[in-house]
Amino acid sequence: MGNRTLAALEGLSSLAWFVAGTVTEMLGHVRRRRAPLHLSLFFEQTRRVGVGSIPLVALVSLFLGLTTALLVGYQLRRLGAEESVPGFVAVSFSRELGALLTGIVVAARSGAAFTAELGTMTVSEEVDAIEGMGIGPLRFLVAPRVLASVLMLPSLSVVSNLAALLGGALVSRVEFDISFRYFGLLTLESLVQRDIWAGLVKSLLFGLIIGVIACYKGIAATRGAIGVGLATTSSVVMSVTSVIACDTLCNIVLVRVWE
Amino acid sequence: MSAAAPLLQVRDLRFRYEGKPVLDGCTFDVGRDERLAILGASGSGKSTLLRLILGILRPESGTIRFEDRDLAGLRTEELNAARQKIGMVFQGAALISSLTVAENLALPLKELTDKPAKEIDDVVDAKLDLVGMRRTKDQLPAELSGGMRKRIGVARALVLEPELILFDEPSSGLDPVGTTEIDELILTLGERTKASCVVVTHNMPSAFRIATRMAMLHEGAVLEEGPPEAFRSSKNPVVRQFVAGDTDGPLGREPDDERPA
Repeated sequence: MGNRTLAALEGLSSLAWFVAGTVTEMLGHVRRRRAPLHLSLFFEQTRRVGVGSIPLVALVSLFLGLTTALLVGYQLRRLGAEESVPGFVAVSFSRELGALLTGIVVAARSGAAFTAELGTMTVSEEVDAIEGMGIGPLRFLVAPRVLASVLMLPSLSVVSNLAALLGGALVSRVEFDISFRYFGLLTLESLVQRDIWAGLVKSLLFGLIIGVIACYKGIAATRGAIGVGLATTSSVVMSVTSVIACDTLCNIVLVRVWE
Repeated sequence: MSAAAPLLQVRDLRFRYEGKPVLDGCTFDVGRDERLAILGASGSGKSTLLRLILGILRPESGTIRFEDRDLAGLRTEELNAARQKIGMVFQGAALISSLTVAENLALPLKELTDKPAKEIDDVVDAKLDLVGMRRTKDQLPAELSGGMRKRIGVARALVLEPELILFDEPSSGLDPVGTTEIDELILTLGERTKASCVVVTHNMPSAFRIATRMAMLHEGAVLEEGPPEAFRSSKNPVVRQFVAGDTDGPLGREPDDERPA
């Protein structure tokens, strides 16, 4: 147990140094009156993390919205409260499930890609070459990926919320005879601004967690192809676990503050 | 700094990897316009030595003076500035796989200089001409042979006009013709760029073709150094065995590597 705690603390301090190193390299570039990160690489990553993830996030959220509305609707119908379905879907997704689901999808899809790409570059000496030229691999490779992940998560979380509402509206129309227009009205009535903000802030944090862990695991990869495979697995497991843990922590804090 | 002072001075360099000593008091100089071949068996710390010179690894102790500044003691920004005067050709070329050949060469110029795009294009073309690879400009590294990648690696190391070029096993993975081509390229670089070269290799014909001076790395330190002729007639049993490529001698295999006859 002692050794595990020590290893966990070592891992955390390595991540902190990794983030500090990235920020230092970016600031060094700013001091030399240059852009803190390579903009074309940043936009390429936002396209891959953001635009590239839209179909998967939308599809998974649509299905989860359908299922949530269906299961909750049948329970509520016994009480004659089917009209609470839109509010249930809207609040659960805007505050909780939208950000969480997006975090898990992006960790599995883009986080794994970050680790595999950077891990392959590390073991094939590409990262050493970038460092050896004095370019700064953290600023050049890590910063665009982490920043893209941080900025795209909230955007994808909005996509997730809308797709889930669509799923909920379809089920409500077919199963509970709630028209799309009425579904919309009930949704707007139930939504609270702070729930939407809570979801968006959480998704920003999830983006940071996924980007940092995925890039760190890639840059720290060793031992060739098997090392890259292990790093990718470890990256996804650690990102998903950390996202869920962070979500729980955020909920505890928010409940204490708001309720 | 006097004109006769060496370009690079490595003094009493020590480095451990996972607790095991890799370099243990390594000391040598590289003069201006010199081509130093560093010889040594596989795993003797040759590539590690180049990474220490380039600042990718930090030594446990010792100094690496380049142009009279200790690279091991520099902060990252100062080190990055010094690195611009040192080019390195990696064993597998280490070209950025997602960039074309021209983008690979332009990368350090775009990131580290204020040159306009037209001038960067001209430098890229000139360096590709120097290694005879201009036709590969728009190709990705994966579309090139090992020898071509090595040449592009050399061109990339030259774009910032370095004063010192480090070569990590330039002939590894190449056929004899490709090896000779790379050797001749290294020889012509000395004449055209006036850069000093440190070539890490265990290919003896290649080392004798390239080097103006040689140093043998053994058990973490420089065992012998001198001109190539001195290495051919060395009395040191380790150097003699390595140069001749004999299996009998002090450079025995580790017991785990021995196979039953």
